[in-house]
Amino acid sequence: MYYLLPDFRFVKPETLREAFRELETEGAAPIAGGTDLVIDMKVGRRKPDKLVYIAHLPELNGIRDAGDSIVIGAVTKLQSIVDSELLRKHAPVLPEAVNEMASWQIRNIATIGGNLGNASPAADTAPPLYVLNAKVVIKGLGTERVMPVREFFVGPKKNALRKGELIQAIIVPKVAGEGVGMSYVKIGRRQAFTLSIVSVATLVKVEGNEIVDARVALNAVAPTPVRAPHVEEALKGSKATAEVVMKAAEEVLKDISPISDVRASKEYRRLLSVALTRESLLTSLRRAGVKVEV
Amino acid sequence: MKVRFKLNGKWVEVDAKPNEILLDTLRLKLGARSVKRGCETAECGACTVLLDGKPVYSCTILTPMVEGREVITVDYLAETGEIQPLMEAFAEHGAVQCGFCTPGFILTAYAFLKQNPRPSEWEVRKAVEGNLCRCTGYQKIIEAILDAAERMRKSNGNK
Repeated sequence: MYYLLPDFRFVKPETLREAFRELETEGAAPIAGGTDLVIDMKVGRRKPDKLVYIAHLPELNGIRDAGDSIVIGAVTKLQSIVDSELLRKHAPVLPEAVNEMASWQIRNIATIGGNLGNASPAADTAPPLYVLNAKVVIKGLGTERVMPVREFFVGPKKNALRKGELIQAIIVPKVAGEGVGMSYVKIGRRQAFTLSIVSVATLVKVEGNEIVDARVALNAVAPTPVRAPHVEEALKGSKATAEVVMKAAEEVLKDISPISDVRASKEYRRLLSVALTRESLLTSLRRAGVKVEV
Repeated sequence: MKVRFKLNGKWVEVDAKPNEILLDTLRLKLGARSVKRGCETAECGACTVLLDGKPVYSCTILTPMVEGREVITVDYLAETGEIQPLMEAFAEHGAVQCGFCTPGFILTAYAFLKQNPRPSEWEVRKAVEGNLCRCTGYQKIIEAILDAAERMRKSNGNK
């Protein structure tokens, strides 16, 4: 036994209300899949006094059709997102991205709320949720607020939750349809079971030959995952051609501030950001029905 | 704290500490030594078990999290005969060298073939991406799983 876990209490509340009560204690932390938290505790990065188990609470679980949006409960397993017909149909960039996360064993227990809550700058659910304009539903004891996913990330490993609050769900607007294309591209240190060096999600909407909407988001290139407004502005109102995409992708350098770390240098991340933005945009345009030749 | 769960078809109750991982409960308290201690950080797949039928890493699951749920280890599936085609294919293809990763690979492959009896090579590679083998270079393992799929289809009347 090389790794020893610190001592903590473990409580399994019967209801969501009871979970909020337990979370009010100093030193309490929620646990669902535990795939990040248990490792953080093993290596001494986190040392909660009490873990409040929430993965079994039905109010926090499942994928539900809500008309013009899809509601994903916070403790929904990553693999359930990959397998969801509803998401594949209406917001395919999310299952596409989640399928590239971690390994099957981890996706079978890790949750979407956990990935957001950890607020890693390299969170792989962030780029697709950013381009989908998804929102986070945050619940506390008798309180509820809703915010865009990109406001939920406030810094490296820092999220917008206040003490005693939980992510209840993520609201994903149904955006797929005529003239809409979206895609996700990730580069890690190897192909399988890897963290992002950079990943990019893009979404385009095309009318005739004109790009009427463009959304671009990246992770692992700034203190939080980011949207790329300079790229988006360069695309909106332009012709849907390869030349336009090539030029717009260069703009991404104005939207990112990568650092060098154990996975890659900042120079490499800059090169990758341009290349992956270009690649993802071309794929999204093709998926939107545009014939783009490079 | 008392934790009750179904292990290999039988309900068991253990007295677990809140910070006890499932890997330790299985190996040290319940004698399930087929579950291997590898990296202990959810990277290598040696500690894979099936939780409600799906492969997970027992090194990052706290034992209280499995209360009321079903855990299956590889030795049980060997007893029931369900992994016979996988065991034969692994042996014949030379997919086992030191053997330390084998229980994890077999469990992942078993769960995978149950949901996808006719996989492509790429799908097999994707399914076992969370199991590391430092001996074989993977090729023989992939071949063995594809062969086992065929054996299972044949014994099920080639459905």
